[in-house]
Amino acid sequence: MMEIGLNHYLVLSTILFAIGLLGVMRRRNLLMLFFATEILLNSVNIAFAAISHFYGDLSGQMFAFFVIAIAASEVAVGLGLLVVWFKRSGSIDLETLKSMRG
Amino acid sequence: MFEAIAFYLFAFLTIVMFTITVMSKHALYSMTALAAGMIFISAFFFILGADFLGAVQIIVYTGAVMALYAFGMMFFDSTRELKEKTTPSLLVFGLGGMAALFTVIIIAAPIVSSNITAAYPIVEGVGNTQAVGMVLFTKYLIPFEVAAVMLLVAMIAGIVLAGKKMDTSLTLVEDDEIPELDKEKEKAAS
Repeated sequence: MMEIGLNHYLVLSTILFAIGLLGVMRRRNLLMLFFATEILLNSVNIAFAAISHFYGDLSGQMFAFFVIAIAASEVAVGLGLLVVWFKRSGSIDLETLKSMRG
Repeated sequence: MFEAIAFYLFAFLTIVMFTITVMSKHALYSMTALAAGMIFISAFFFILGADFLGAVQIIVYTGAVMALYAFGMMFFDSTRELKEKTTPSLLVFGLGGMAALFTVIIIAAPIVSSNITAAYPIVEGVGNTQAVGMVLFTKYLIPFEVAAVMLLVAMIAGIVLAGKKMDTSLTLVEDDEIPELDKEKEKAAS
């Protein structure tokens, strides 16, 4: 209980990932969907850092850096698209995106 | 002892903050809780000895990403309460089942792969930042450069997508010209 091992961090990462996944499935607002995606990426970062520490390997931290870089560019492009979509349709609800029904 | 206290404290805080992010009906509360959760996550990196990663987490997420969200929210009507229409479907249950399966794999994988050896062992005698630099600029140099190009592409994409009609600056025109500009914009929109 008092000794914090790798499994503690992995369980925490799993819980945070589940929260993020819940958000992705529950939310109907595109901005909130982006927030949930950030939670998903962050929970994976915790797992990477923990494995990097407990196995004495720096590769985990490297991958966490690249995940952070991807998250930053995802936000830039995603928010740009969101602004364009809001100017066009006046709403950022997920329902307004249903125009491509075949 | 202190590590355990810090771990449980920050784990509790992070889970609470992210639950608020997911469950809150106000976009502003949600964003603030997300920013707080990002800060608390950096605490785990400091506990784990990844100092550089913790600093990057604070700078990039709370400094850049959350600021970008805050500016982006100025475009949207964020004071309005969010509508959440929940439609229980077979797809959601399928995805939930897959998530549970992944959970089991994530927990079980360290037990299965207990014979992992370090490919890039942490260098003794230097700080975390120096060790990260040694690995990043030798083994991971090409992914690093590709990530730099990707960030440049994302920056250009953001400017091109969001920066339309930004060639007329409101600070450079006279005050009585601004209603005319609005009229022109309405004419162009209709």
